Amino acid sequence: MSSNTRSNAAHYVAPIEETPLVAVDSVKASGRVSNLWTDAWADLRKRPMFWISSVLIVLITFVALFPGLFTSEPPSSGCYLENSNGGPEAGHPLGFTKQGCDVFSRIVHGAATSLSVGIIVTILILVLGITFGALAGFYGGWVDSVLSRVGDIFFSIPYILAAVVVMSVLSQYRNVFVIALAIGLFAWPSTSRVLRAEILRVKNSDYVMSATAIGVSRFKILLRHVLPNSIAPVIVVTTIGLAGAIVAEATLSFLGVGLPNTIMSWGNDISAAQRDLRNNPMTLIYPSIALSLTVLSFIMLGEVLRDALDPKARATR
Amino acid sequence: MTGYILRRVLQAIPVFFGTTFLIYFMVFALPGDPILALFGDKTPNPAVLEQLRAQYNLDKPFIVQYLLYIGGIFRGDFGVSFSGQPVSEILARTFPVTLRLALIALVIEMVVGIAVGLVSGLRKGKLFDSSALVVSLIFISLPIFVIAFVFQYVFAIQLGWARPTVGSGAPWSDLILPGIVLATISFAQIQRLTRSSVIESSGLDFVRTAASKGLSRRRIVPVHILRNSLIPVVTFLAVDFGTLMVGATVTEGIFNVPGVGNTLYQAIIRGEGPTVVSFVTVMVLIYLVVNLVVDLFYAVLDPRIRYVK
Repeated sequence: MSSNTRSNAAHYVAPIEETPLVAVDSVKASGRVSNLWTDAWADLRKRPMFWISSVLIVLITFVALFPGLFTSEPPSSGCYLENSNGGPEAGHPLGFTKQGCDVFSRIVHGAATSLSVGIIVTILILVLGITFGALAGFYGGWVDSVLSRVGDIFFSIPYILAAVVVMSVLSQYRNVFVIALAIGLFAWPSTSRVLRAEILRVKNSDYVMSATAIGVSRFKILLRHVLPNSIAPVIVVTTIGLAGAIVAEATLSFLGVGLPNTIMSWGNDISAAQRDLRNNPMTLIYPSIALSLTVLSFIMLGEVLRDALDPKARATR
Repeated sequence: MTGYILRRVLQAIPVFFGTTFLIYFMVFALPGDPILALFGDKTPNPAVLEQLRAQYNLDKPFIVQYLLYIGGIFRGDFGVSFSGQPVSEILARTFPVTLRLALIALVIEMVVGIAVGLVSGLRKGKLFDSSALVVSLIFISLPIFVIAFVFQYVFAIQLGWARPTVGSGAPWSDLILPGIVLATISFAQIQRLTRSSVIESSGLDFVRTAASKGLSRRRIVPVHILRNSLIPVVTFLAVDFGTLMVGATVTEGIFNVPGVGNTLYQAIIRGEGPTVVSFVTVMVLIYLVVNLVVDLFYAVLDPRIRYVK
């Protein structure tokens, strides 16, 4: 029975023995549940860009977790100067760096660094961004004024420049956690701004008023009703932010204030290869490709998520 | 209007104090001897240490130190670089070069970005549009130093169309290649913004009215569609100014452009902490001023902004 009939159901009494009750006066409980997330999934699964980016991300994660499966070469101890700038040979598909290190092995081992910086920064951005954005947007008033101004301050220092200062000062403590902290501490305001704006839109909805009317506490309303309904744009911003964090780490390492040479990092490899750009450009190109592909896959994922989660964006696609 | 300007300027004051305080706090409150840490791996001369301690007023309470530092900024004193030159003097020398580089980048990214975005938006879903989207996605994903090296290698070293590094005096012709590199950072974003706002405004009532009035396409596109699509682009440029500064630092470093960014780049590479901090502060202040000016300018362009509380 189509939904057309149901709209007239108020004046229609069906002979009970002929029509099942559910078709007359109730919404079909067994029907497909349709909400933002199922719609988004239905949209996502049809898009090749979603599958390409997902497969790439799964592959990169796999490389980062189990580098030993992809290369048997140790990342740094296997460097012999007699191989300096050597071309590809059996077992060393991408040749050697000036120091005689296996390029492919360094790239494989660098994946974990980029990914872990990206993930730690993302966690930081989520925790700080959601806390600031949710409290500012939901409670408003002076809470909003104070938190938003604090956000403005952090937003006004471009996060790579801030991280340059932090990393210059903490030169004795350079590792994955410190660099992620330096980036994450200044990268969260864009997330909190997006969440705040979304909460301002959501918090006047009927279901929030209903929850208030039946006496649900303010904090519980925020947690159970407002946040879950305003989290979609945050997911989009954070996915793209993860890509930004990976670029930031590589940029800092490239500038020499990121990770020390003892830690495999694509930024370090690119930085080392630049001195030999004329003679052996491929040692610079290969880590650059790895870096760009990783960044590309997260940005692609962020973009398809944005299209899927924002019906308005779908219109301009 | 006056109310809006006043409100916006008042809002900038706590942000100014907040950012400078934050940078100052980061340098002098993080663990370790701040002066020693500023040297990185190098071991400084004890005399230099003493002199630096006095210079940064480290014998006084923290808040006094900060206020002295702020007082210096207001007098145009941004400190002294590692080599003993006042930062303000270095700025006076290097800023014009960076301004020229930024101008080249800005013109290229605006012209190319808006043109490609406009055509994409008008031919939504066609071959040109899809290829432009793929190209922009690639440009968004490539970190600036990768683009810089690839362009330097291909166009300067291999093809010989430009010089790989900028010569003395930074002539305009040498600045074109780094300018193009710098432009690629924002080009993709401008193209996408223009595209989506062109699509959005194409469907609006006033465009339909213009068309039904019998206006030619040639008049509707620039006057009705494009002009209304430019506001988000201007806002984006202001917000994205920070990325541009980071990009300028890397690009100027790689192409050896004698600008503000290169000074910061060299200081970072050599681990010259005090210079790094001074220049980061200067860049943050420039960023604040640019955003303030663009916000005010924006209010002149779009009356809706000044009436929103």
